[in-house]
Amino acid sequence: MLEIKNLSASIQDKPILDGLSLCVHAGEVAAIMGPNGSGKSTLAYVIAGKPDYEVKSGEIFLDGENLLELEPNERALKGVFLAFQYPTEIPGVGAMTFLKAALNAQRRARGESDLTTPDFMRRVREAAHALKVDQEMLRRPLNVGFSGGEKKRFEVLQMALLAPRVGVLDETDSGLDIDALRIVAAGVNALRDANRAFLVITHYQRLLDHIKPDVVHVMSKGRIVATGGPELALELERNGYRDYAEEVV
Amino acid sequence: MTAHMAFRSTAERTLAKQFAEQEGREPSPIRAAAFARFSETGLPTRRVEAWHYTDLRAAVTDAGPILPAPSPSDIEAARSRLARRERLPGAQLVLLGGRYIADLSDRLPAGVAVVEGAFTVAGVDDPLVALNEALSPARCTISVTREAKIAEPITIVHLVNGSGAHSVYSRTGIALEAGAHASFVELFEGAHPEVQRHSATIMTLAKGANARHVAVVGDAAELHIESQICELAETAELNAFGLVSGGALTRRQIFLKMTGDDAKVSLGGLALIDGSRRADTTLQVVHSAPRGTSREFYRAIVDDDAVGVFQGKVVVERAAQKTDGAMKSQAILLSPRAQMNEKPELEIFADDVVCGHGATVGSLDPEQVFYLRSRGISNSEAKAMLLEAFGGESIDRVENELLIGALRARLRAWLKSVAEVRP
Repeated sequence: MLEIKNLSASIQDKPILDGLSLCVHAGEVAAIMGPNGSGKSTLAYVIAGKPDYEVKSGEIFLDGENLLELEPNERALKGVFLAFQYPTEIPGVGAMTFLKAALNAQRRARGESDLTTPDFMRRVREAAHALKVDQEMLRRPLNVGFSGGEKKRFEVLQMALLAPRVGVLDETDSGLDIDALRIVAAGVNALRDANRAFLVITHYQRLLDHIKPDVVHVMSKGRIVATGGPELALELERNGYRDYAEEVV
Repeated sequence: MTAHMAFRSTAERTLAKQFAEQEGREPSPIRAAAFARFSETGLPTRRVEAWHYTDLRAAVTDAGPILPAPSPSDIEAARSRLARRERLPGAQLVLLGGRYIADLSDRLPAGVAVVEGAFTVAGVDDPLVALNEALSPARCTISVTREAKIAEPITIVHLVNGSGAHSVYSRTGIALEAGAHASFVELFEGAHPEVQRHSATIMTLAKGANARHVAVVGDAAELHIESQICELAETAELNAFGLVSGGALTRRQIFLKMTGDDAKVSLGGLALIDGSRRADTTLQVVHSAPRGTSREFYRAIVDDDAVGVFQGKVVVERAAQKTDGAMKSQAILLSPRAQMNEKPELEIFADDVVCGHGATVGSLDPEQVFYLRSRGISNSEAKAMLLEAFGGESIDRVENELLIGALRARLRAWLKSVAEVRP
């Protein structure tokens, strides 16, 4: 479903991704683990289309369509969702205003009419309840004054409402205490289904205790250096990334 | 008068001729004194500090003929124009070509009256304020009696009759007696691109009076010079806001003085400047008495080749101990050619005060744009959302839901018109 072929990308002329190839199938949860600086977050941003990154070569196909030819918003409308490691604070834009704009952009792209206010409110309420996002938080400006945990829960709330084809979770566990981690993981697990894939980027095994991956990829120096089952994550937890970092010359 | 010797430009010579004709018809020592003050500098150039970024002598090639009093057919045209437009709740007063037209205006609520007649202001040293006093053909004052609490805003609509090149002068007083509360909205409408407007609004707030004032400059005048002169007695409070979304060259200048103890002022504005337009906001806020509070919060969105100016000077006189002042000006530039000139200043002569200022000029935050786009929101919609948020934060300081709604609607309309010109 998501197929990345020989992807090389750099930021400000500094190469980060170096011929990375990766396949994620429908229904699959793929974990990407790797040491700091291995390019995990860059991969997430390049999939979502962040303008700062320059793609030197390669392709990213989602359902057969090359995402690299699309604008970031067009990628989102095709079903890409990036849960940010550090969600951006946007003063002056209400969280609800933002959610409505995002949902309606998606509906218009599908040729559907905008949501009515009661329908919109009902959807948000349901998703918010599951993720323990309270109404007061939704009245605030987007991500402004949200704690680290609130920001991550709000990311997953957006993902639940937008129901993407592929969810890319960039270090969603960072800054979360164990209770928040459980809530966020349960939110992600509730979205798992046969037509959806997840790319779960994490530095630690901890998140994978709660979101069980089908496949684990190890990333080092901008490419995938090992692929295995969930046991690979446990091995990394014991031995660290040293073995894999050394394999790449 | 020897002062006329200083006049160098065509526009200044025209102004002198216009004044001489007026003096021939109806001589007035007060106007003559005002014109003499104007003559000392003439139209200000860059060398006049308060006009450093807006060189009027260079900008005004000639002064348009003074607009004649409206004819009955002008008044009927204005009536049908007024009938077509949306209006705010509350009473509406109409100034046509700078003249109060009772026949087009609503009955005022109890406690509010309009008086036609002359008044003058002392203590403001500005050539354009003097010119306004010298050449305004008519003047009126809206007064609110002692302790009257006027719930709905009073709208003052400034319309322009006639066509072709004209100068329009108006001079409006707003006087709140002790303990009076009222809100005013001044709408500048219907000026076409050959109109040169000179407007002055003189606000006096007696002890404990509370006024809210919103000015909206949305038409297309070649020149819009608007002076607001405000004086606050003890415990008086003023919240004043200005939205500028039209006009080739707009200058809003506010001269405010807190003469009484414990006065409170909140000034704000939003300038939306595109094309080759210029918009200048210049403030002079003087704390003359103890324990005054002043807040200034101005924002600008500058696109294309447009130029914005914000100059804010807060003066704390020796007697004004325990003054609390904070001034902030922020601008977003949407084009590499857009310019914003910011000059905040503090002049403090008292030793026990808390005063600060800050000014920033930047562009839209690409991280914020990307975040919105990553959720499927188009580039143009994302930018419009962020700009509405930026402008909206200044509008929200008006602290009146009705007026905030009306101002935000104008902001959205401007953002839409800019997006349509250049998607």
